[in-house]
Amino acid sequence: MENSRRSFLKVAGITALGVGTKPVLNVFASSGGHVEEPKPEVSKNEKALTAKKWGMVIDTRKFHSAEDLEPIIDACHKIHNIPELPEPRHKIMWLWEDEYKHVFTHREHELVNDRIKHLPFLVLCNHCEKPACVRACPTKATFKRDDGIVLMDFHRCIGCRFCMAACPYGSRSFNFRDPRPFIKEENKEFPTRMKGVVEKCNFCAERLAVGKLPACVEASNGAITVGDLDDPESEVRELLRTNYTIRRKPDLGAGPSVYYIV
Amino acid sequence: MLELALKGDKKYWGWIIALLAFIGVGFAVYLKQLDFGLGITGMSRDVSWGFYIAQFTFLVGVAAGGVMVVLPKYLHDYKAFGKITILGEFLAIAAVTMCLLFIIADLGQPMRAFNVILYPTPGSVLFWDMIVLNGYLFLNIVIGWNVLEAERNNIHYPKWVKPLIFTSIVWAPAIHTVTAFLYCGLPGRGFWLTAILAPRFLASAFAAGPALLILLCLIIRKVTKFDPGKEQIQSLAKIVTYAIILNMFFFLCEVFVVFYSRIPSHMSHLQYLFFGLHGHGALVPWMWTAMIFMGTSIVLLVIPATRKHEGVLAFSCVILFIGAWIDKGLGMISGGFVPNPLHHVTEYVPTIPEILITLGIYAIGLLVLTILFKVAVNVKEEVGGLKDSCESC
Repeated sequence: MENSRRSFLKVAGITALGVGTKPVLNVFASSGGHVEEPKPEVSKNEKALTAKKWGMVIDTRKFHSAEDLEPIIDACHKIHNIPELPEPRHKIMWLWEDEYKHVFTHREHELVNDRIKHLPFLVLCNHCEKPACVRACPTKATFKRDDGIVLMDFHRCIGCRFCMAACPYGSRSFNFRDPRPFIKEENKEFPTRMKGVVEKCNFCAERLAVGKLPACVEASNGAITVGDLDDPESEVRELLRTNYTIRRKPDLGAGPSVYYIV
Repeated sequence: MLELALKGDKKYWGWIIALLAFIGVGFAVYLKQLDFGLGITGMSRDVSWGFYIAQFTFLVGVAAGGVMVVLPKYLHDYKAFGKITILGEFLAIAAVTMCLLFIIADLGQPMRAFNVILYPTPGSVLFWDMIVLNGYLFLNIVIGWNVLEAERNNIHYPKWVKPLIFTSIVWAPAIHTVTAFLYCGLPGRGFWLTAILAPRFLASAFAAGPALLILLCLIIRKVTKFDPGKEQIQSLAKIVTYAIILNMFFFLCEVFVVFYSRIPSHMSHLQYLFFGLHGHGALVPWMWTAMIFMGTSIVLLVIPATRKHEGVLAFSCVILFIGAWIDKGLGMISGGFVPNPLHHVTEYVPTIPEILITLGIYAIGLLVLTILFKVAVNVKEEVGGLKDSCESC
């Protein structure tokens, strides 16, 4: 009696185990490649602008004062639903302006000519070749795409701000409070963010995907150019070939993809 | 054994209720932070880590410091420390608990904290910090509890605990090394970008942790029937002495390199902390206080007569602890952010809500510490008479 009960339990247990693992096994079987199941297809917009390695050249000779930069910054911030917060310390900036001595801290010298000394420079995420922020992020919420663009997943970010400490260019902002009430005119085509996540310039990845140039490029009257740094025939390569350009803090080895003609 | 923490006199319960009150206030303010966002703190775009992360850093040190009683006991068979190893382990539990809470308090999206496990990223030092901190907490809970329970039953602790003890001895420096690596591997922050950071962290940890332990031993002797022992306290004092001297030495090495090389991106942070920069110098008086406190404690600890005098020793430990706290819990983190990578000076001052949440977390730590120490001390009192005959304890 005892014996038969035990063997019954054994069989019942094994059966239960079998029933329980069936769905799991199914998953393994389907991922094994024997069964051809239609994969969800990600269709690419035919008009999408693509590059092997995106880069930007900013011709600072075409700018003369802060007023020249304002429409460019506005275009970026408007399209990306950047809030205007009352507290300066909560400020969110994707694209902004600063003086030469702050932007090029390693090149600054007192006797630099007047034009450079007083000229405002555009500052943004450098979309580095070896981004320190991506390395620091503990959840891969910030990542580098194959085409060189460094992006943020706002839904995965835990708000630890390790990336902000890691970025040597001060390019990242944190939502210290809910930004939504402070967005003047919401652009429905780009997501707004919630409190507690980090954000930064995304090289207008959402615009490139539908064949549009980045907002800053469009608003710059030809002063900002983007293109493929890997393509010798590209416009950015032509600019780099024919002009002397500098990058921010090249000695750190991060490999910024934003070049400045001075 | 936990039931031992449920019996206590009026003073004990008064203390517990006071701690609960602080916890209650801290929690209420935390709910406010959860609702509003981290904007209720003094942190900014430029100083993106503040008081929370600084306390976390300091307390990792206190936790690691606990190993200074465990190591001599198990690696050098220094029997006198057998009496107080449990205090070191339980202190570590309380300190790591606070560390984890400070990290949670600092997250912008705490409900997503598990993303660190869901999307493990071994390239990120924060991932490793999560592992070493939780591992250290686990090790100390298992070891502390089993050793104490064995002591209570007057038997030797189970054999499988021993390998865990050795693991914890290696693990302790690891938690603070990994914590230093959070900062010293970042390319654009000259203040932290130094190989001496991890050694410096460890030295200050092995000074501040045992200094706190000495103070706790003195308190225990006063309020309970258990005497941690004169020899034990003096041995700890010597450890504290060497560690604080090393801490000062490492710091001066840093000062030499930074100011002799005169590289601005490294120099400007120390200038900000000790002399002020572009008219900003909120931390200057604090930093000098820290230096004077740590310097004075070195003098008082090195001279045998003052070290052996328990009153003076207690004073030395208090100022050392305060000095180390200012150095790490105040200057170390915001100092690294000022000036920012574009050489702008944005100062950071913690806000009242931020301080209340911080106090709440400290109160939780003290509550955990009180309960654990109460249990440990009661066990010690119970077995009191048998103590000297029990080799294993």
